[in-house]
Amino acid sequence: MIFTFKGGIHPSENKYLTEEKKIINFPTPEKVYIPLLQHIGSPSKPTVKKGDYVKIGSIIGEPSAYISSYIHSSVSGSVIDIIKTENIFGRSIDTVIIENDKKEEIDENVLQKNTEWEKLNNDELIEIIKKAGIVGLGGATFPTFVKLSPPPDKKIDTVILNGGECEPFLTIDDRLMQEEPEKIIKGLLIIMKILQAKKGIIGIENNKKSAIKIMKNEAKKYSNIEVCVLKAKYPQGAEKQLIDAILKRQVPPNGLPMDVGVVVNNVGTAKAIADAVIDGRPLIERGVTVSGDALSNPQNLKIKIGVLISNIADFVGVDFNKFKKLILGGPMMGTAISSLEMPITKGVSGILFLSDKYSNKTEYDACIRCGRCVSVCPMHLLPNELGLLSSKRKIELIDELNIVDCIECGSCSYICPANRPLLQWIKIGKAEVREFGTKK
Amino acid sequence: MEQKNKVLLEISPAPHIHSKDTVQSIMLDVIIALMPAVAIAVFYFGINAIRIILVSIISCVLFELLVSKLLSQKIKIKDLSAVVTGLLLALNLSATAPNWLIIIGAFVAIAIGKQIFGGIGYNIFNPALVGRVFLLIAFPVEMTSWVPPNPVINLKSFMTLKQLEPDAISYATPLAILKGKGPSALPDNIHLDAFFGNIGGCIGEISALALIIGGLYLLYKGHISLRIPLSFILTTFIITGIFWAYKPTNYADPLFHILTGGLLLGAIFMATDMVTSPSTETGMIIFGIGCGFITAIIRLFGAYPEGVSFSILIMNGLVPLIDKLTKPKRFGLQK
Repeated sequence: MIFTFKGGIHPSENKYLTEEKKIINFPTPEKVYIPLLQHIGSPSKPTVKKGDYVKIGSIIGEPSAYISSYIHSSVSGSVIDIIKTENIFGRSIDTVIIENDKKEEIDENVLQKNTEWEKLNNDELIEIIKKAGIVGLGGATFPTFVKLSPPPDKKIDTVILNGGECEPFLTIDDRLMQEEPEKIIKGLLIIMKILQAKKGIIGIENNKKSAIKIMKNEAKKYSNIEVCVLKAKYPQGAEKQLIDAILKRQVPPNGLPMDVGVVVNNVGTAKAIADAVIDGRPLIERGVTVSGDALSNPQNLKIKIGVLISNIADFVGVDFNKFKKLILGGPMMGTAISSLEMPITKGVSGILFLSDKYSNKTEYDACIRCGRCVSVCPMHLLPNELGLLSSKRKIELIDELNIVDCIECGSCSYICPANRPLLQWIKIGKAEVREFGTKK
Repeated sequence: MEQKNKVLLEISPAPHIHSKDTVQSIMLDVIIALMPAVAIAVFYFGINAIRIILVSIISCVLFELLVSKLLSQKIKIKDLSAVVTGLLLALNLSATAPNWLIIIGAFVAIAIGKQIFGGIGYNIFNPALVGRVFLLIAFPVEMTSWVPPNPVINLKSFMTLKQLEPDAISYATPLAILKGKGPSALPDNIHLDAFFGNIGGCIGEISALALIIGGLYLLYKGHISLRIPLSFILTTFIITGIFWAYKPTNYADPLFHILTGGLLLGAIFMATDMVTSPSTETGMIIFGIGCGFITAIIRLFGAYPEGVSFSILIMNGLVPLIDKLTKPKRFGLQK
């Protein structure tokens, strides 16, 4: 049986570029630039200063609030400077620059190895996950320890691992499932123990045949874990659509998965949890799909946090005559950035070097009321009306039409034959509703 | 390294990919989907069919150009929607239609049916049908003079069809025969004839087969769904079927109703017009049922033998209401 949800689109996958390519280590360059905000929440406070010597895994930033995160050095060497840089949202962030001494010295004092992790209690496990600086690696970067600490009245019965990877081009989760199935399942078991969940489900889209086979093989060893095959459709990897498809439970408006007894984590996050709890390794590197039509050597790379994209460009053979657009993430929800001097952070699942084939056409026509945006909207909204009313600042009306439910997947903009920038209008409308809206 | 710094990267909001369909590509597909019907029209009505189609398309495009200029609207003839309107209007005319009639129809369709509202996307009623119904009411004689289908078997018959004389015309559509003389007056193999197009009627509506092929193409391309055509056709089928079952001597069978007149042309190509049909999925079904119901009622009890055009126009007017009442249920509120 193949599970799915109502709505969604199926853009060209373009996964063939990298889906057969094993994850390889990207050689760490001379310097890394580690921003102290790589997660949703408050920026981390620097715990090092210029001139300090740090090892791989040394803490360089600590939480400044409950929803915040630890940040670690991804190399050994000395802190050259702490400077202010702009992140992709234009926010000024403290960034620690570390010169790599290539000694590869590892800081053993941050986390311990635990071969018998089952003996740890929940508080200890959550503390490790917090100390390891783990955040949602699917792209949302919400601190994982917070997600694993639901209020006591929210009973979690099922943990879902998200192996949907519905964004075109991206193959890193696919590769991870094929190469590290054991680690992923261990991570899932740890999450299930913490939440006292009876069931663990790994949701994988049916375009990842090998990953399904390998994960099924691994899951067979445990009676409470199963693999659920999902129809390849965007945005199947969106949390609410994933839960709806697998369990037929709909997260209520303004609610969270825990309101329906579920916690969802990305497969990469599960692997990072196993790395931290079992091997004592904090989150200092991550898998990234580097792909696109403006490079000759697309790859799945394991890259240290803080490595600049400009370092990677030569490695993957970027064709600078064709290169016109740089996307962090996938082409549906990723962010276009203007500079190669941007570091890899915990939330970067993909880097796309694209040609002008992916240029934005700015001209759009009148809505021809074809209703395609309505049929594809996975949140059952009316993007045509929301777009129009948002662009006219009809705040009360868009609030009434539940604009806040929008998950910003972009399916409406993708499908619109009149090329109307529906999501752009809706994002602005959402912001206005948050500021001026009256409806609860 | 130097080259790297010279690259000017483009910034734009997500999503960064877009489906290939544009308004123009959709309209082109509609034109392609109408080609089987055009072929049948030319096969049975020869050069006259070509004349009607060309005059209609050219006048629609020119009127859109002219009216857009007059109303200071953006010129959008490139989107091919005027071509579609022209083609549909032509296919809804008799082979005897004189040029002046076509030009008036084109003017009403484009100027009053479409541009006055603001052009494509803003019109409430299907422009081609606005043109057609205006002609039907204003020029009933010209609009209901029919010629028998005359297969073009050689170049001579193709050309001779041009010299149609009005007084040579004494032929009726199956629906007109039904209205005037009852079901017993219908020819024996009417179903088969209507399927292939060997009946009287508007040049584009005579062959059910040609229209169905076009409909399948649009379905395959994803430009229409089955919701409107199927609910339209089924509703007419059921209602006319009930009456037929009740008194087969007075009423024609439901299959006859589906195959004849403008029902398939209307259900597949006109009722599915994106601009003038509902945009919600439930709304489309309600819209189709409404069209089918009104068509059946007009055909069974009305003064006109045919009701497809009227039914679609009436339902067009109800679209805003239907859309409002069929908003999709909010995610997370259904169990």
